[in-house]
Formats: sequence, C-alpha cells, structure tokens
Amino acid sequence: MDGMDEIVQEFVVESHENLDQLDRDLVALEQSPGSRDLLSSIFRTIHTIKGTSGFLAFGRLESVAHVGENLLSRLRDGVQQMTPETTDVLLAMVDVIRDLLETIERTGAEGEVPVDAVVARVTAVIEDTSAPAGAPAPAEPEPTLVEVPAAPAKKPARKRAPRAAAKKTAAAEAAAAEVTAVVAEPAPAVEVPAEIPAAVAALEPEPGEAPVRRSATESSIRVDVDLLDSLMRLVGELVLTRNQVVRSAATQSDVALIRATQRLNLITTELQESVMKTRMQPIDNLWSKLPRVVRDLSAQLGKQVVLEMHGKETELDRTLLEAVKDPLTHLVRNAVDHGVETPDVRTAAGKAATGVLGLKAYHEGGHVVVEVTDDGAGIDPDKVGDVALKRGLVTKDQLDRMRRDEILDLLFRAGFSTAAQVTNVSGRGVGMDVVRTNIEKIGGTVDVESTVGEGTTWRLTIPLTLAIVQALTVECAGERYAIPQVAVHELVSVDTSGPGVEYVAGAPVYRLRGRLLPLVRMDEALGVAGGKHDGPVFLAVVQADGRRFGMVVDRVLNTEEIVVKPLSSRLKGAGVYAGATILGDGRVALILDVQAVARRTQLGAEAVAAVEAESLDKEASGATDTVRLLVASVGDRRVAVPLDSVTRLEDFPLTAVEHVGHREVVQYRGEIMPLVRLGRLLGSYDETQGESLPVVVYSERGRSVALAVDRIIDIIDGNVDARSDLDDAGLIGSAVIQKKVTEMLDVRQAILAADPRFFEAADARVGAEV
Amino acid sequence: MAVRQYATFEVDGQYFGVDVARVQEVFRHHDRTPVPLAPPTVAGLINLRGEVIPAIDVRIRMGLPRRTDGDPMNVVVRDGDEVVSLLVDTIGDVAEADDAAVEPPPTTITGPARDLILGAIPQEGRLLLLLDVSRAVDVNAGDGSREDALA
Repeated sequence: MDGMDEIVQEFVVESHENLDQLDRDLVALEQSPGSRDLLSSIFRTIHTIKGTSGFLAFGRLESVAHVGENLLSRLRDGVQQMTPETTDVLLAMVDVIRDLLETIERTGAEGEVPVDAVVARVTAVIEDTSAPAGAPAPAEPEPTLVEVPAAPAKKPARKRAPRAAAKKTAAAEAAAAEVTAVVAEPAPAVEVPAEIPAAVAALEPEPGEAPVRRSATESSIRVDVDLLDSLMRLVGELVLTRNQVVRSAATQSDVALIRATQRLNLITTELQESVMKTRMQPIDNLWSKLPRVVRDLSAQLGKQVVLEMHGKETELDRTLLEAVKDPLTHLVRNAVDHGVETPDVRTAAGKAATGVLGLKAYHEGGHVVVEVTDDGAGIDPDKVGDVALKRGLVTKDQLDRMRRDEILDLLFRAGFSTAAQVTNVSGRGVGMDVVRTNIEKIGGTVDVESTVGEGTTWRLTIPLTLAIVQALTVECAGERYAIPQVAVHELVSVDTSGPGVEYVAGAPVYRLRGRLLPLVRMDEALGVAGGKHDGPVFLAVVQADGRRFGMVVDRVLNTEEIVVKPLSSRLKGAGVYAGATILGDGRVALILDVQAVARRTQLGAEAVAAVEAESLDKEASGATDTVRLLVASVGDRRVAVPLDSVTRLEDFPLTAVEHVGHREVVQYRGEIMPLVRLGRLLGSYDETQGESLPVVVYSERGRSVALAVDRIIDIIDGNVDARSDLDDAGLIGSAVIQKKVTEMLDVRQAILAADPRFFEAADARVGAEV
Repeated sequence: MAVRQYATFEVDGQYFGVDVARVQEVFRHHDRTPVPLAPPTVAGLINLRGEVIPAIDVRIRMGLPRRTDGDPMNVVVRDGDEVVSLLVDTIGDVAEADDAAVEPPPTTITGPARDLILGAIPQEGRLLLLLDVSRAVDVNAGDGSREDALA
C-alpha cells in the first residue's frame, strides 16, 4: 500500500510540474498557432497523465485527459485549427485536471470534482469542427521533404516513441500508420505547415525545448528538501570548524599542517557553494505561472498585453522563490490592471494597442533584481499625493516638501490604493504595503519608478539566499549583534557629547546633511543596560518599513558573511530578531530584525518627521511673523521664550533660594517671588550645579515669577508659531533655531507651575486697584 | 513492570529526574549569549557544535531564587524537534526506578513548580521529582505562570 502511495505522490508532483509547463505552452500556442513543437509537447503531457491515471484507476482524471488528448491530436494533426475558443477550452481542461490532482494529493482519491461539464465542452469543440473538416486528408506526398531520416535522435526518445504511438487515439493512429512524413501544400487558411505523426514529431531535432527537457529530467534526480536543508546545516558547521582550524593553524609552523589547512579551506568554500547551488532554482519556476495570469486577466479586463520575459534562468534559493511568489504575482496583476491602458486609450495616446509587460531578472552585487515593467499610463505623483492627503497618510506641509520618489514611495504605505474603482483584481485593500512587508521579511527591498505616459517599473531586490547574509557586526552593552547589511545605508561616527545630537521632546535626533534623523539607542530598544553614553559612538543609518533612522551602537566591528541559524520558536515572542549566527570565535550573536525594531520605535520617528516637516516649512516660508526669542539651555535641551514675556534676566546665588511649603522662592525687590526650575518642569533632571542660578523674571501687573534655567544662550529673531503634535508637558512645540532643535516654552503653563494663582490673582488685583 | 532510568540533578536543594531517553548530553559551563526582550526564563543562547540552542534556567522557570554562586550545569534535552538546554545546579547519578514506584506529586509543592512535576519516586531517603520536560522548556508559559504566582 505504501508503495502505491508513493507512486501516486510521484505522479501528483510530476503532473503539477507538467501542468505549469502546459499553461505556458497553451498561452504561447495562441500566439503561434502553428507550432507543432508546442502541440506535441502539450499532447505528450496530457497523454502521460491519461496513461498514468488509467493505470492508477483515476477514472475521472482519465476521462478528462482522454477528451483533451483527442482534441489535441486533432490540433496537432492539423485536422482542427487553434482558436481563442480552443485555448479557453484547453485551459479549462487543465484547470479541472489541476483540481483533480489537488484532491488526489489531499485525500488520495478523486473525490467529487465535477468533470462532465468540461468533457462536454471539449467534445463540443471537437464536434463543431469535425463535420466540415472531415478526416485528415494529407495532400500529395512530397518525397523531398521526408523528415524521418533527419531523426537519428537520442535513444531514450526513440524508445518512448513506439510506446506513445501504441497508445494513440483512433484519430492519431490513422495518421501514425503513414510513417513517411508528409508536408501539406501551403494552403493559405491552414497554418500548420507539416503533417507529421507524433512519433516523428517527438524525434524532431529542432531547437524546440521538448526533447531537451526530456533529457534534462533523465540527468537529474528528485531529492527531499529536508535532506538539502540538513546538508546546508552541516556545511554551515563545517565552515565554522574550518574557520577555527585555520585560525589555530596560523600559529603553527608545521608545513604539512598548513598545507592541509589551505586545502581544507578551499574545499570547504567550494563545497559550500555547491551545496548552496543545490537549493537554487531558476526564477522561471515562478514565472511559468504568469503568462496564464496575464492572459486571463487581460482578457477579463478587455486589454491586450504581451508578456516578455528576460533572464528566466536566473537562480534563487527555493525558500526565497516561494516567498517572492505572491508579491511578484501581485505586481504583475497590478501592472495589467492599473498599468496597461485599454486598447482605445492606448491608440488615442499614440501607442500600440497592445501593451508590453516586461519581466526581467538579473544578478547585481550579491542580489537578484527582478523588474516588472509596463509601458502603460505611468503613475502620476500628483494623484498619489492627493490620495495620500485624502487618506490622511501625510499632511499638506509634508507633501509639499517631498521629492518625487518620496511621493511614489507613499504607494507602499498601509491603507493606500490609487484605484479609483475597486476592481476584483487589485485594490482590495491588500496593496503594495503587503508586497513591501513580504519582501522586507526576506531581507529584500522594493521600489518603484514611473514616468507619466510612458510606464512604470517595479524593482524587487532579493538576497540570493536566506542561509548566508552579509551582515554588519556591532557591539552594544558588551554583546555583539549582527545587522543585515541590506538594511544599512551608511555608518556615521558621532560624539554624543559633542554637537550633532539634539533632542526633540526628549527623543534624540541627529542632523545628517541638513535633515533630522531620528535616533534609536540600541541598548534602549533592546532594554539592556550598559550601553555607551558618552564619547564617540556609531550610527548605523538604516531604512526599514519605509522609515529611516539611526541606530546608536557602541562600536562597529566588522562586515562579514554570516550563516543564519533559525531562532528557537520559543524565542519568537521577543520579536526583534531575525535569527542567530555563530561568530568566528564560536560565540552566538543575535541577528537584529531592523524592520521590527523600526516598528517598535515607530512613534518616535513619526514625531520627529512631524517636527522636521514643521521646521523645514518654517525655514522655507520665512514669511511668518518673527519675534525675538530668548534662548536658554535647560539640562541638555534648548528652550526658547518669547522675549516680550521676559521682564528681566537675573542671576541669584543658590543660597538665596528659600522654601515656602514645598515651593521654592527668592526675595526680589522686597517681594517674595515664586521660583520654578524649568529643568524639573520639563523633566530633565541633570541640572548643572553652578554657584548661581540664572533666572528669567516674568512680571505682570505687579506680580512676578522666576523661571530658572541653566544658562542663557542668546537672543535671536525667531518664530513662535512652531506648533507640532508633540504634546510634551510645558512645551508648545519645537523649531530649528540656529540649526539646533529648540523647544518653545509654554510660558503660561510654566508660570502656573510656579504660582497656580498667578493669573487670577493678577486679574483680581487689577480689579481691586481700579 | 518497566524499569526506567532517570538522569538526576539538583536545583535549589531539590532532587529532580528526567527520563534518560530525552537527555542528549550533559556538560559543564558554556558561554551564553543573553537574549534581550526574551522571557526571563531564557538564560541565553548556546552554540552546541554549530547548532544554536536556547538555555532555560530551571530555577527561574520554577520561581525559585536566582543562582548566586557557581556556574550552572547544562542538561541538554530534546523536546520534539527542538533541543534545549536546562540550567541546573549540580548533576547527580543515573537513577533506576520501576514505573510502579511513581507516586503522585507531593501536595507540598507550590507555585509554578507544581505544574512541572509529573510524579515523585522515593529514593534512598530522598524524593526524586520527575520533571515534565515539555512544560519546563515552554518559556512563554513559564513567564505567564510566574506572573500568576506574583499576582
């Protein structure tokens, strides 16, 4: 019984592969209806399925394959012509076969998949044409064109031929009887140039793919993926052991040992490459499904689209191939749906009625690039901007200062869909954001370029393999971590105590080439203590989830290739690691999932983005009212107070500060003046302890309060309109003043903190005095 | 009656046993890489001949006080497809016991440890507590029950 199951399993796997080929062949056949090569290939596949299903007693499958075979043999023999209708029927037949195979795979039996309808359709197509066409009537034999001698083909193919012939249907048998090949007179209506029985067609040594593929199957074997995975793991271990051996051998003087080590080194590298190759599959495995997708979709939408593929042989790790499948299909569907215009629109625009959808794959710098290009209408950044505004993804200000590519990048934001009409093809809410998430999950990137009226190119950059990645090793709080190189844009060395690092609402930012870069301290992101807080540190500028931020690490150690080890499922909960690796010294290091870190720290980044939008906007407009501002430092922050709310600047010795209840006060001009330390109010507690206390005195109608700062910095012309969503206690927003982020003090609130009854008391007194 | 062998070890003065069939190996101190943001039961990751495996601190898993002196021992166990190291205080001998000798866990065991004990076997004046490996290595549940215990 087990043996039987295995046969069924083999059959299902093999048939699935053949069906993909079939889909592609059928679509290609529609383009070149006369290709006997394609017809023979399709015929053989269906014939094999029919034969095996009969042997395995899958009656339904056999009946479908049987009528399909009948139709195909008529097409192949030129009895019947290829029409779009025939293609439809054949594709429908393939779909039913696929359904049947899936049911068999799942349950081991055929189940209740309905087959009668499709059998009837195929039969109808056959009968439709069989009456007028009549029996195959080969024209006068042309002895000069006999092709049989031209077939001293490969032995395996010859062996198969008689068997195939023996099982042939009645119609084919009649033709097969004439072993001499005959060529029909080139009749204008009949596009089939030759009438060669299948047995001979199979042997044709033309550059057609069919015979080549056969021999390829014979030179390969099926291997369980688990076995390959375990090979890959073992090689990973071997690489590490090799590293250790090489390191210790370097200190030895034994020549034989050193020579052996060198050989070990080379062989290991070669072995690693070879094993990696076993997991590689051509991207064609994925693409082969797309012609069918494009055909069906364009037919459904009333569009004309041809699919051009370049670089099908480009290879990718099979796990990656699987991961890219859905995003790529989505992009292709999207290109047909939104990219390519309808024929009349295209003609009106002076383009060919038929749109071209291009798929291109190639290697570039250790990555595989896959491009999906259409020559359609292109994406209008203005429209994208409008939609983003409407959806509330950006503010008007933000939009105005965005570069073109940044606007197009909005397409990848969650909740974005430009389709004016939601079709059942795309625009169902799952959009480009899912594409981006899925591609970033495997360490890849996706971007888009578009020219209005000319077309759009979506570009996926995918790592060659998941098992080995280029990574930056860094140190944080005494531990080493790996950051996948693809996420790292640049490294910047920064002195935390020096200029450069500023704070917006308590969140650190760095001004990199004029733009604010939100900083994420790696030790804080990971919740570990002991990170470096002074002196030079490094910023790894990373981009993930559409955001750019600087990851603050203590030290950058190296860039190296690391072998990714999956993390135990028990640790998935931590959520910020993409895996673990073993470093050269044998210690385990965690691989950071930059995307997840970005998500964890999303809020900070958004706040900074908002502030940046504000500040740049202010810098740009410059026309708004400027006022004089007093700038003071409080802890590590800069705070600005409108100068017109400042009465005097005073400097009190620390000893002058006295306490009334739990409040601090100073004596000032014979009055008791409440004092509030802005540092405490704003929540930065590291006050500088000087001998004296600089204060800003604010007076209104005879009452005064003192706002203590660390140091008065300057009085400048600035702008108090800076308002942002930063809802930090005591502040009304931030602005960039003298290229530094400066926070605007909410004076009223500061005063109330010092003297809760300041305003009402003042008001009351005014009333009393009048 | 089936006689089983148990690998034994001590944690905080208590005597535990695990079916030897589930124990892959036992070794002394090993470098561990801490895993920030992971549940506290996870003591770190270990490179076991090229395989990265998590180490679970049995003390923390059972809600016992942290180890203050000496390095823990690693008892590497298999749970399904996964290999996990249990950090314990000291390693004991292999004990043999008849299945019939297994008694229900003593009612005196409280806290998170209670769910981790399959049964007890009286042995030379001591009680050998049989550890439920699958539960012991379930770090996420461990975290939860710890919170329950504190609440």
